[in-house]
Amino acid sequence: MRAPDGPLIVKGEVILSVENVSLAFGGVKALTDVSFDIQKGEIRAIIGPNGAGKTSMLNCINGFYHPTEGCITFKGARRQRMRPSAAARGGIARTFQNVALFKGMTTLDNIMTGRSLRMHRGFLWQALRFGPAMAEEVEHRRVVEEIIDFLEIQAIRKVPVGKLPYGLQKRVELGRALAMEPEVLLLDEPMAGMNLEEKEDMCRFILDVNAQFGTTIALIEHDMGVVMELSDRVVVLEYGRKIADGVPAEVKRDQKVIDAYLGVAH
Amino acid sequence: MDLLYRIFIDPFVQMGGAPDLLVQTIWEGLVSGVLYALIALGFVLIFKASGVFNFAQGIMVVFSALTLVGLAEKGVPAFLALAITIGVMFVLAVAIERVVLRPLVNQPDIILFMATFGLTYLLIGLGEIIFGGNPRRMITEQLYLPSGAIDLPILGGLVSLQKIDIAAAIIASLAVATLAVFFQKTRIGRALRAVADSHKAALSVGISLNQIWVVVWFTAGIVALATGIMWGARSEVSFALQVIALKALPVLILGGLTSIPGAIVGGLIIGIGEKLGEFYWGPLIGGGIETWLAYFIALAVLMIRPQGLFGEKIIERI
Ligand SMILES: Nc1ncnc2c1ncn2[C@@H]1O[C@H](COP(=O)(O)OP(=O)(O)OP(=O)(O)O)[C@@H](O)[C@H]1O
Ligand SMILES: [Mg+2]
Repeated sequence: MRAPDGPLIVKGEVILSVENVSLAFGGVKALTDVSFDIQKGEIRAIIGPNGAGKTSMLNCINGFYHPTEGCITFKGARRQRMRPSAAARGGIARTFQNVALFKGMTTLDNIMTGRSLRMHRGFLWQALRFGPAMAEEVEHRRVVEEIIDFLEIQAIRKVPVGKLPYGLQKRVELGRALAMEPEVLLLDEPMAGMNLEEKEDMCRFILDVNAQFGTTIALIEHDMGVVMELSDRVVVLEYGRKIADGVPAEVKRDQKVIDAYLGVAH
Repeated sequence: MDLLYRIFIDPFVQMGGAPDLLVQTIWEGLVSGVLYALIALGFVLIFKASGVFNFAQGIMVVFSALTLVGLAEKGVPAFLALAITIGVMFVLAVAIERVVLRPLVNQPDIILFMATFGLTYLLIGLGEIIFGGNPRRMITEQLYLPSGAIDLPILGGLVSLQKIDIAAAIIASLAVATLAVFFQKTRIGRALRAVADSHKAALSVGISLNQIWVVVWFTAGIVALATGIMWGARSEVSFALQVIALKALPVLILGGLTSIPGAIVGGLIIGIGEKLGEFYWGPLIGGGIETWLAYFIALAVLMIRPQGLFGEKIIERI
């Protein structure tokens, strides 16, 4: 998965755009008329106070929720309703705010599930672990081992993830998403609940993924320092509406953003 | 005093006095236990993957066995009939996914549970319309399943093993082993375990819930067919057979709804416990013991191990 001379990514081209998206749950308006775009190869942060609609936005992008109004264009295809499997097939991977791993499985198997869409041999072959299926399994294992090395989690390869501390679980979850070799990676608060050292590691992984594989990243994060350091551009949501959009330095000075963040205790 | 003696001492004296009878009883319990385990396995598979308590598991046993026997009666060669029956179970799985699960996804569990009631009566109706309500004989010989018995000299007596029981035990063990390999080693098996753990995470890596549901209902259908053949060969194929699903309930109480080892070990405990109870304690109480003894055993084990057989997980989740 590693291109030897670094990825050939043309930055600046729009890969995904959110157009006038609104989302309501009964009376609750989670999102109201939100538009922004994500460019190929950038790290795009989505920030905002609690309940602003950040997670709902990611859920719309990967097809868990369908916008009540508006649509999302991904790689030129415009859709209002996209199934999660279609999003995954299109190259969108994600992690969750409250880690969603397969608790009974080992780190290795968890990351291996990220290869699901790329494995094709019929299950009879697989059950027999024979012929082409064996070759396929070996090839996928190789990719997964690379990811494990990359994330420095060799030591926990065979540990059931339910037994791991939270910080490592988040790392395994990132590994599972990376195993999909996604074009766009959605990260929902990847550093929440981590100690300083774990946060620094995670920051480094995110930057490396972006730089080495050219993966486009959309990132939800509360820690302003992290956002400033990592992201190319920032969208700010408050009460489901977009209140600012721009480079970090700009957004930081924006009066509406300052008010929104002063409005809640931080 | 006398009663206590008859409950707590006498049965064990009898066991020691005629060890060959004891072995015979345990063997018979083992065989029914294996079949209980298979039925419980059908429940567990579906519950793990789709969170549905499938009330129709018992009727699926009857329906698959009836289809097999009914086809054979119409002159279809036995193994072709077997293949067609497997095909029918596949079509049934696809139909259930399309018509029941897909429209009801995200509804409360109780709604899905009720839907499986509907499915039960639908299958009873279909079965009666197509094949009629009369009990049938399983096509044991045509499927090359053995009949007759072997007498083994054990512990100074003769223990008689029905060949069909031996076959049932072997086939059930093979089925369980195959399922274990399927779960542990294949992509679809991994996907199944993934879905059982977290629907949203499974969806996010592109696993299709619909495909997984078809796979588990089909697998449960095959397990039902295997159970139907074995059980049918030991008695007969009739709608009364569906009550064996009731035998799976105490097994599930014991083993838990989500544990495959639980289903297997639970099945064996219930099977053996039931036969021992019937044989050694049954005469004390008179008839009817077999209808409730399994529940009694399940409750007795729960008193000693309140978390069930493989219950660590439940405690972890709370
Ligand atoms: N499935 C749902 N059903 C009903 N309401 C929902 C659902 N998902 C989100 N909401 C509501 O939508 C609003 C936005 O929630 P969302 O989780 O997107 O916020 P967030 O910005 O991610 O917040 P946080 O920082 O706390 O994670 C909230 O009012 C929430 O209660
Ligand atoms: Mg959130």
